[in-house]
Amino acid sequence: MAEMTVIEAVRSALREEMERDARVFVMGEDVGQRGGVFLATQGFIEDFGPQRVMDTPLAEASIMGIALGAAFRGLRPVPEVQFSDFVWPSVNQLIGEAARVHYGTNGALRVPMTVRIPYGGGIRGGLFHSQNVESMFFHTPGLMVVTPSTPYEAKGLLKSAIRNDNPVIFLEHKKTYRLVRGEVPDDDYTLPIGPADLKRTGGDVTVVSYGLAMHYCLAAADAVAADGIAAEVVDLRTLKPLDTATILSSVRKTGKLLVVHEDNISGGVGAEIAALAADAAFEYLDAPVARLCGPDVPTMPFAQSLEDAYMPSPESIASEIRRLAAY
Amino acid sequence: MTQANATDADSAIAIAQTSPDAPPLPDGLAAADLVEVCRQLIMVRTVDERIWMMNRQGKVPIAASAQGHEAAQLGSLLAARKDGDCFLFPYYRDLAVKMAAGLTPRQVMLSFMGKDGEPYSGARQFPLQGADLPRKIIQISNVVAASLTQSVGYALGCKMLGDDTVTLCWFGDGASSQGETHEAMNFASIHQLPILFICENNRFAISTPQSSQMAIGDVAARADSYGFPGFVVDGMDLIACYEAARQGIDHARRVGPSLVEMKCERFMPHTTDDDDRRYRDRDAVDAARRLDPVATFPALLVERGLLTPEQVDEFRAEAQQQVNDATDYADAAPPPDASTIYDNLYA
Repeated sequence: MAEMTVIEAVRSALREEMERDARVFVMGEDVGQRGGVFLATQGFIEDFGPQRVMDTPLAEASIMGIALGAAFRGLRPVPEVQFSDFVWPSVNQLIGEAARVHYGTNGALRVPMTVRIPYGGGIRGGLFHSQNVESMFFHTPGLMVVTPSTPYEAKGLLKSAIRNDNPVIFLEHKKTYRLVRGEVPDDDYTLPIGPADLKRTGGDVTVVSYGLAMHYCLAAADAVAADGIAAEVVDLRTLKPLDTATILSSVRKTGKLLVVHEDNISGGVGAEIAALAADAAFEYLDAPVARLCGPDVPTMPFAQSLEDAYMPSPESIASEIRRLAAY
Repeated sequence: MTQANATDADSAIAIAQTSPDAPPLPDGLAAADLVEVCRQLIMVRTVDERIWMMNRQGKVPIAASAQGHEAAQLGSLLAARKDGDCFLFPYYRDLAVKMAAGLTPRQVMLSFMGKDGEPYSGARQFPLQGADLPRKIIQISNVVAASLTQSVGYALGCKMLGDDTVTLCWFGDGASSQGETHEAMNFASIHQLPILFICENNRFAISTPQSSQMAIGDVAARADSYGFPGFVVDGMDLIACYEAARQGIDHARRVGPSLVEMKCERFMPHTTDDDDRRYRDRDAVDAARRLDPVATFPALLVERGLLTPEQVDEFRAEAQQQVNDATDYADAAPPPDASTIYDNLYA
């Protein structure tokens, strides 16, 4: 076991997969000599060469279209979107095209492509370096959407994504890159895409989250434990396909559900989970389903005061858990 | 074939007509190739006309006609077939490309009627859209120019894997306006990828004329700005289109990308849902029909002694018989079972 950060885990997974399979290659803006703006591919160009560590023009639509075409030829591209905020020019190739390829060719073509996207806020990124883009992809059949929260998950899930024959949107919360450290096995391991992870067990309130906010939920669960409230924290790990069984099993046990995410509240992942609870766990609920999510404004603003007002925090989550526990 | 013209938006089509005293057999072709492509031309037109009729009968929900584009499509496809190692990214109007690549009339009619056994998508998509991998064809969507970057990615993959395949990508003048067309051509040139871009320019993006799409006369003129050659060819001249594509494929394998613009005519409305009387002058359409390859090409082969008028008539009769058979076959075929709606969502 080695302790590493999330970005080190990402780098380690990428490197090992490129060593394991010559069809895997990375492409994107500044991924070559620069090693990526977050240094996910630091040192790669020296070891794998400019063809497999390809600096592209600053043109996201073609990064994705070209990656998709290379996947048609049997390669396993791992395009990097420099910041999630820049994914929009390429969204036609992802939502319009890649998601529809296997279905739209009746299974003839596969898309073994993993799109790495640093996302999320709390880093003073303002409107164009902080965005949460997951709900768009979460809504799209044909895609998989993965949201690791720890180094262990980042490495194991990224390896699974690269080995998967479907287009995977791999969302790395950029504030976790260097903030979150953890133990990572030395051997070659993978984590399956799909299953959620019970990060903490408790019988009073179910808290469902992912990414950076999941860490805030764990901190909040610690805080309310002092008041005798036992919160159960479900880390989704994968948004699509959603692990409905784990969510429902926990809700049926606690009877209370809080969903926490940084993305805007309306039409977000939390709305789907609330609907799931209403559909399939209605008789078990002892309180209305609660969502603590980003407000419906276009991403967290730049000013510290406004960013703080946007972001969920351990304190705001703890307060919501207490309210539900007392209901 | 002429170099593209970047400056004169009003110029007449700058084309090199096949000279009457040119050698009868172009490079790389035998007489049998021209006879076969003539047979295909008649077959494609017969299918195309039947599809339109079937739409009016309520049995084909949508069709984009290739009528007027056949010389461009069959000429370029002939070059790809003679080369033997090409991968094809056609667009939605390329019925002739798809049929000449080997699709049978029965498969075509299954596709247009949305029946079980449809070869491109299992009838999930618009007709002949999806992939026909046995014939090395991919055409995913209706978002024009999305296939340009995909085809460039395919060519990149071929180069990375070290194979000799040349990728051909067909698109219309409408797609030339998309940003992805620029991105695709720029990237292809940076990496000198083995790809040939073919623009079938019929001067209309549905109803929008070329003068509202661009301020230049030739789409091919843009090639120069990417650092590769661009050529304009008479898209109503099958042999000229063959020759241009043959050279483009050769250039792709030896050097890198090029762009051939085939100036052609769209005889029919954009699709069966369109009414072109709202925006096209009938006299202009009638004048264009005088260049109809389904008349001029057989006449050329007869003139050169490669076919007799009787053989042309036989081709027409054979096409009618096959299309009748295909229509009956597809009409009687079952639709896909509704229970398959979730099939092949994920690999």
